[in-house]
Amino acid sequence: MAFIRTSRQILHPGSGFTLPEHEVTPQAVYEDRRTLLKGLGLAAAGATTLLAQAEALAQQSGQATLVQRPGKLAALPANRSTTPGAYAMDKLTPYSDVTTYNNFYEFGTDKSDPAENAHTLKPRPWTLVIDGEVGKPQRLSLDDLLKLAPMEERIYRMRCVEGWSMVIPWVGYPLASLIKKAEPTGKAKYVEFVSLADPKQMPGVRSSVLDWPYVEGLRLDEALHPLTLMAFGLYGEVLPNQNGAPLRLVVPWKYGFKSAKSIVRIRLLEKPNTPSWVKAGPQEYGYFSNVNPKVDHPRWSQATERRIGDGGFFTPKKPTLMFNGYEAQVGQLYAGMDLRKYF
Amino acid sequence: MTAVSVRPSLLNAWLMKPWAKPLLWLLCAVPLVALCAAAATDQLGANPVDRFIKEMGEWSLRFLWLTLLVTPLRDIAGLPGLLKHRRALGVTAFAYALVHFLAYAWLDQGWRLDDIVADVIKRNFILVGFVALLLMLPLALTSFNAAIRALGGRRWQMLHKLVYAVALLGLLHFYMKKAAKNDLAEVGVYAAILAVLLGWRVVRKGGVLAMLRVR
Repeated sequence: MAFIRTSRQILHPGSGFTLPEHEVTPQAVYEDRRTLLKGLGLAAAGATTLLAQAEALAQQSGQATLVQRPGKLAALPANRSTTPGAYAMDKLTPYSDVTTYNNFYEFGTDKSDPAENAHTLKPRPWTLVIDGEVGKPQRLSLDDLLKLAPMEERIYRMRCVEGWSMVIPWVGYPLASLIKKAEPTGKAKYVEFVSLADPKQMPGVRSSVLDWPYVEGLRLDEALHPLTLMAFGLYGEVLPNQNGAPLRLVVPWKYGFKSAKSIVRIRLLEKPNTPSWVKAGPQEYGYFSNVNPKVDHPRWSQATERRIGDGGFFTPKKPTLMFNGYEAQVGQLYAGMDLRKYF
Repeated sequence: MTAVSVRPSLLNAWLMKPWAKPLLWLLCAVPLVALCAAAATDQLGANPVDRFIKEMGEWSLRFLWLTLLVTPLRDIAGLPGLLKHRRALGVTAFAYALVHFLAYAWLDQGWRLDDIVADVIKRNFILVGFVALLLMLPLALTSFNAAIRALGGRRWQMLHKLVYAVALLGLLHFYMKKAAKNDLAEVGVYAAILAVLLGWRVVRKGGVLAMLRVR
């Protein structure tokens, strides 16, 4: 136990844990982890390796979800994901921060705007269209979508391009399950995501800050990667409107803006589309937008990040990790690519 | 000076009271005290450091605008007693700009000088704000009576014309920060008020050059 605390303190200098470890982690997982750490014996192994081992163990040792529901919205039951890398052990960002500090320009450009304005969004009824280079185009209602695959709980780090980050327990299933249902043709190489742009529900789309609707894009292999999540909830409940209800993309190794919210259409393409931010500033935002501490945004450094809800006023920023810490899982997608050129 | 001939109003009489100055200093400190209290009790939202830095910057601008309001208000409303309170407003604007910068250097950048230099080069709006802060420094350092005597009234006045450059740079700094998000409504309000404050001087003196001249 002393060892866990020590290693955590090394990882998060100055961070104050409000709950003892055993209160956020089920006893079995906690005990298993202690055994594992004892087995490893010494601090000789790097803290990162230890953490990865502990994560793997947490995933294996049970099905129940770890996260306490805030009790604000309808429950969305799920089992713990068993996908490697899908269960970050970082301290969760409090629900209140996750739901009040958002970039969702369809509801205004201030971080507090979405929480204040998104009540006008109607997440039901909702229809998602999947078309383009597919054998079986789909038109799915939210109910169809919710039962399409088993719901999983995943804890991902989310790094915003602006230099802050959160740790969020999402509920959803791999985007691959959804895409495979539409049977992509041999020509399909890219995927486009289109968000809702309804001025009646979204006051922000009346402003010209971006070219609406918001569109994003992934290479097909990125879209089919097991970590790429179609999320329907967070903290064990359905998505709050300001977080992209009723369904959004979550791509944890890319900057947050790649994870399009309130999606109405998924289009399989032969050629890459031009995502909204690339269109707005091609020198500043690339198609890939993988989290990379060594490639700065033209107007600011990406070397460090402010972890929201972790520590206090005087807690220093923490170093940003390559691919947001998911290099082991996704690094091979970019083997041989010049990540400065393809930023 | 038409205002001098106007019979001092009650407000003017208050402005001349011995307690007026300490009261104003207290009022000037309210935003800082309130923000520190909010920070200490975790009331500054999800990203308290960002919020604190932003609020201090905006309060600095507000006090700078208030400083520039003193002369027009004195003349238009006939409040000669206002002039002796201008110093408190100006020094507060400087103090808040300094806290704004120090909070950035400490809480955001952790005092890492190489990071700060790299950041300032990358983010030009920080450079603009930093120049504005540097230009405020001689004004703050000569804001006591001995300095005015040492410099001589004329030279002191010339030096303090720098406040116009500071105001324009401060506004530019704010604009550049907000332009990144195309969020210019708030900046527009600050710009409009500054246009009135400076425009009034230009009209009264009969031209921009005349405004910058010390009689």
